[in-house]
Amino acid sequence: MDELITRREVMVVAAGGMALSQAPAHGADRASDASEKQTSDVPVSLRVNGRALTLHVDQRTSLLDALREYAGLTGTKKGCDRGACGACTVHLDGRRVISCLTLASRCQGKDITTIEGLANGDQLHPVQAAFIEHDGLQCGYCTPGQIMSAAALIKEGHAGSDPEIREWMSGNICRCGAYPNIIAAIRHASRGA
Amino acid sequence: MQAFTLTQPSNIQSAVAAASEPQTKYIAGGTDLLQLAKDDIETPRQLVDLEPLPMSGIHAGPNGLRLEALARMSDVAAHPAVVHGWPVLSQALLASASPQIRNMATVGGNLLQRTRCGYFRDTGFACNKRVPGSGCPAINGENRMHAILGVSDHCIATNPGDMAVAMMVLDAELELIGRNGTRKVAIGDFHRLPADTPHIETILRPGELITGIAIPASAAARRSGYLKVRDRASFEFAVVSAAVALDMDGGTIRSARVAAGGVGTKPWRLPEVEAALTGKPARAATLQEAAGRAGEGAKTTAMNAFKLVLLRRAVLRALQTVAA
Repeated sequence: MDELITRREVMVVAAGGMALSQAPAHGADRASDASEKQTSDVPVSLRVNGRALTLHVDQRTSLLDALREYAGLTGTKKGCDRGACGACTVHLDGRRVISCLTLASRCQGKDITTIEGLANGDQLHPVQAAFIEHDGLQCGYCTPGQIMSAAALIKEGHAGSDPEIREWMSGNICRCGAYPNIIAAIRHASRGA
Repeated sequence: MQAFTLTQPSNIQSAVAAASEPQTKYIAGGTDLLQLAKDDIETPRQLVDLEPLPMSGIHAGPNGLRLEALARMSDVAAHPAVVHGWPVLSQALLASASPQIRNMATVGGNLLQRTRCGYFRDTGFACNKRVPGSGCPAINGENRMHAILGVSDHCIATNPGDMAVAMMVLDAELELIGRNGTRKVAIGDFHRLPADTPHIETILRPGELITGIAIPASAAARRSGYLKVRDRASFEFAVVSAAVALDMDGGTIRSARVAAGGVGTKPWRLPEVEAALTGKPARAATLQEAAGRAGEGAKTTAMNAFKLVLLRRAVLRALQTVAA
């Protein structure tokens, strides 16, 4: 099993074998309009999931694109890219934020946790385990954002009741409508947290 | 998104100096500005980053509350002194946006959030607010969410704020700094009516910065509340909202402050309702009669005429809740 190539590795190879680290895997989210005045890339040093990382990004790059396209951390998802869906939720210095409306160049020295950094080694975070147990997803695209938001919600002390969980999860949209199982998973995880 | 440089000032004076250059915007939470920049509605060449400035304190005392402009919406909403002394403010903040956005967005920036008018936010349409003189497709278009108060022949876009509506009943005062020094302005004088210049939304001068918001303590502030009516339960802009603060003497209303959101081209105070409550007993009939006056001077369209009815009901419900 270990030798099997992953779906993403296949896609990266198909796109021309571009390296994931420190360079965008594709150019779609960079300054794609050639008529626009280009600014030179700026260095930004972050701690992502406990690891120091220096990226050279276009000034306009969102934290979301920096994580996905420059750092190779594709667990954080791009849904609306306008702050309306919550799929890109990460923790910035311990607080949940949406990474699509965060400029990477303003994150100098910040501590960022993504879905890839939530588990403790091979031990899933209680919210991750609860989402599996309660089948808190259908297509799974919004799930990393849901889980990052839910983990923060429990720490904030907003899991007191189902209505409270619903209200404090309102920044995460699930178009499959897996909400009942998402709520059940959070309720379950909060008891053990 | 247009290319820009990011300037990180070391103090307020250097921030103000940088912001006086052309095509420059301040960036604080960035939650509205970056949406607009991604869609080429805002096209700054320089952003002045306010994050390095130590301006995020929340100071509550017996005489009042002072919010520094970079205080996060979530922190203000959860502050125990705010919850107790200015509940309408905490409630309005908690009814705003999503938990993630409230962790990012600042109270200063929130006062400057731009309208959610779909025509403004789509460069495929004309819009007098975005391109002065180009026209207003909302006036004869999809305008169910648009304003019924303070409208002009050039713009009927709604001010989308909740926090500013709460501040209208709290007599909040904004502290501003610009190249020519500091000044103070009442929240009610901060936003401008669209008239024939809908692209000028506030009294801020070029490069001027909000540094803080001062809110006095009062019996009315302690007895206050916010009701927001939305198309879905949460994470949505107001169709109509009502902020109420009552100074009560037993069962009598000594004075009342009432404002509304979702209905005006700016946060809208309702003096016609306040006058009908002053010195009256807080009985059901009094509240009903007063709420029925809300929306004096309203100009509705076929699509948004329901807002006048909804406004009166929302005001009544908010009055009943706060008076109880």
